[in-house]
Amino acid sequence: MPFIPHTEQEIKAMLEAIGVDSIEQLFDEIPAALRSKGLEKVPQGLSEMEVGRLMRERAAQDERALCFAGAGAYEHHIPAAVWELTTRGEFYSAYTPYQAEASQGTLQLLYEYQSMMASLTGMDVSNASLYDGASSLAEAVLMAVRANRKSKTKRILMPRTVHPHYRKVAHTITHHQGITFDELEYGREGGHIDITSLPKDPGDFTALVIPQPNFFGVLEDIDALTNWAHEHNALVIAVVNPMSLAILKPPGKWGEIGADIVCGDGQPMGAPLSSGGPYFGIMCCRKDYVRQMPGRIIGRTTDLDGKTGFALTLQAREQHIRRSKATSNICTNQGLLVTAATIYMSLMGPKGLSTTATASHNNTRQLISALDQVAGVRKLFNRPFFHEAVFKFDIPVNDVIDALSAQSIVAGVSLEHHYPELDNTLLVCVTETKTAQDISRYAESISRISAKVSASQQSAQPTMA
Amino acid sequence: MLIFEQSSTGRSNEAQIPDIDTKFDDIPAAFLRDESPGLPEVSEMQVVRHYTRLSQKNFSIDTQFYPLGSCTMKYNPRGCNSLALLPGFAQRHPLSPDNLSQGFLACMYDLQEILKDVTGMHGVSLAPMAGAQGEFAGVAMIRAYHDANNDTARTEILVPDAAHGTNPATATMCNYKVKEIPTDKEGDVDLEALRAAVGPQTAGIMLTNPSTLGVFERKIKEIATIVHEAGGLLYYDGANLNAILGKVKPGDMGFDVIHMNLHKTFSTPHGGGGPGAGPVGVSKRLLPYLPVPMVARQGDTYSVIDEDDLPTSMGRLSAFMGNAGVLIRAYVYARILGREGMHRVAEFATLNANYMMARLKQAGFDMAFKNRRATHEFILTLKKQYKELHVTAMDFAKRLLDYGYHAPTTYFPLLVPECFLIEPTETESQQELDGFVEAMIKIQKEAESSPETVTTAPHTLPVRRLDDVKAAKDLDLTWQ
Repeated sequence: MPFIPHTEQEIKAMLEAIGVDSIEQLFDEIPAALRSKGLEKVPQGLSEMEVGRLMRERAAQDERALCFAGAGAYEHHIPAAVWELTTRGEFYSAYTPYQAEASQGTLQLLYEYQSMMASLTGMDVSNASLYDGASSLAEAVLMAVRANRKSKTKRILMPRTVHPHYRKVAHTITHHQGITFDELEYGREGGHIDITSLPKDPGDFTALVIPQPNFFGVLEDIDALTNWAHEHNALVIAVVNPMSLAILKPPGKWGEIGADIVCGDGQPMGAPLSSGGPYFGIMCCRKDYVRQMPGRIIGRTTDLDGKTGFALTLQAREQHIRRSKATSNICTNQGLLVTAATIYMSLMGPKGLSTTATASHNNTRQLISALDQVAGVRKLFNRPFFHEAVFKFDIPVNDVIDALSAQSIVAGVSLEHHYPELDNTLLVCVTETKTAQDISRYAESISRISAKVSASQQSAQPTMA
Repeated sequence: MLIFEQSSTGRSNEAQIPDIDTKFDDIPAAFLRDESPGLPEVSEMQVVRHYTRLSQKNFSIDTQFYPLGSCTMKYNPRGCNSLALLPGFAQRHPLSPDNLSQGFLACMYDLQEILKDVTGMHGVSLAPMAGAQGEFAGVAMIRAYHDANNDTARTEILVPDAAHGTNPATATMCNYKVKEIPTDKEGDVDLEALRAAVGPQTAGIMLTNPSTLGVFERKIKEIATIVHEAGGLLYYDGANLNAILGKVKPGDMGFDVIHMNLHKTFSTPHGGGGPGAGPVGVSKRLLPYLPVPMVARQGDTYSVIDEDDLPTSMGRLSAFMGNAGVLIRAYVYARILGREGMHRVAEFATLNANYMMARLKQAGFDMAFKNRRATHEFILTLKKQYKELHVTAMDFAKRLLDYGYHAPTTYFPLLVPECFLIEPTETESQQELDGFVEAMIKIQKEAESSPETVTTAPHTLPVRRLDDVKAAKDLDLTWQ
């Protein structure tokens, strides 16, 4: 019996102790009519060896892809020590540290994580994580509505340069509570929110969301946007990639007084791509708003002997105490991923993190130079950017994606689905994991497919007599 | 000592740092940070040693019996982890084209089918990233259903008073008013109170069965009839699915929508508080509202279903496909268990709980519902010990730590005074259960002869009881 240790003899002794004849008898309070008639679609059980073979075959189907996609999930080198330590049973198989005395390892680690993340974002405090970047934006919106007492409208200004899936998730999670989103258009030249295009009289709004870098990789005018929002009594919600913060200005220093709430996805800090999860959501804020923050928060305190220790704190915000009046229904966080991230950030240190960020950025610049030589491809948007860029093709973008994926290259992410005006464009990211050869291979593949498709397009053109 | 206190300026780990030109001049200074972030500068060995030592300060399933009620702390098979970390799975980008994703998508499709079967539901979405998000998706689907029928007068969700805190918190997030339904003295929902509470304002009821009181809700069919006749829907909180896995299908009990906690029933790791996974299952009438993405199969080809394919969906809950790596672990677990292994989970979880309850009863401890069978868990009350010896459930819990056992869930459900909610799970042996019972007997004796040993416990852990008031008052949340 997989994972069940009982012997026949023990089962007999246990049933005797209970005073029943069979295990079946223990279910006698369940009405007979409700009992399951059996399972049809669940296959027969397999040994670990058999299931291992099945999974290896399936994993091999998806292997060897050379990935040039980013769009919110970034492939970075993860030192072996990160997951060796993270999957130690004492981290892997523990639960939420309710019994603080028996959970000092996890609690201290979370305190260290909060310290690292607060420093990286330049904010006063951090929570111990939320589910992912998209849901952390939704929670940040709800938090802004609670925190901004000057605003009455529950109206959020949401640039179209925020990740389209993040915008969808924010809508899904918050719209029942009467929160509305006004989209801000981006400038077609720069690919960013043009400060001169902002409404002169925007009316009452609760918060402005500012992505940095934005979904296109383009850098927003964070200082001017932050000041503009604050002048209108709105809060600023920053959506950031923590890797970029190794070199970019932290949200705590944006504009005159800094952003109010910071969210984003922590995935670049030691989480494998893993088809989109598990990742973890970042949430930091200024001290004044800490009681409005959702999720677990760890505090340093002392024990009966005055010795330093760590414990869950400000639990009065949470669902298990406040029930229907809680700041959120959130219960767990993404503890294991935060464990990985804390170890990752410790291993990389300030130098390793900034080197990784700049190496990724420079690799993307290398690709831009390489594609500059290819006919029928051009880079969109003329603004400063970080490690990700948008390319426009003269040929159908699906031809590009198909041709490259036939060579096991993930070409990037097509934008036209979410941005109809950006037809035949790809969002491409080159992290530090790619070599000069990888970049040439990508550029050559693009060059080949461009030439091939444009040649066939031309030959299909009716010729003028 | 904190990792920061081991830092030396200028120390770095060259083996982990890319050897690539890092000079750049294309980003203007206004966008750049002017000082390094406050991360530690430590060697790889310091990191390994520090976090290995920290790990050793944790109780965990791999090191201790962990009978935390309602959390299903069963063995997390190592094979599930190593197979989920195979390069093909770990390195797949979430937006990879379908032809580079067939292996992963096949696993997700199979898992959807397995979960449909074990729960008796018509459709399953794996999207929610935790139980609480599954609850949100479920209640949002109830709202979408009533809205689609223009049934906008339904403003209330009913929740039994013993429910998890996430239930009322979720109902609020979906803009429902919460009405609590009392429990009778045998632990079942009070049917008279329920009949009085339902009406044209009822959107639905959220139920956990077995309930958080550790007993099976015997009148579930009547409850379903009462709520359905009033036009409301039934939500199943799958927190306790481990107790009935393969034995009873929530769909057969009349539930319209359910969520499952794969980190409980399907043994994915709790990870020190997440990640979880909270897939949802629905009856036929709620199929149009399932959250996206999902996975479809046509012939031998798998593809992703998104908002365009299901425009009536309640929406998207994560940037990509939920906690995919957790779902892979759950899938491996389900394949190892197989058809015949599913119901054994419920059987041996129930055997273990009833055995512990019998032994603790025999040792003189009081049960909250002594006339009932335990399900996969049960409630012990230390009301008598508190009254007679001034020793609380918290004191017993802390003393158990000294004996090498993680404490059961304490003070939940709130209905039962000085309670322990004890869930041994099916993966524990009789010897382990006996050890816990012996420790309880010893603590009882200590409570009688030298109560201060118990009331000042723990004595053998890295710290003694912590000052929670100070933690909340003099907030120290980051190292400076």
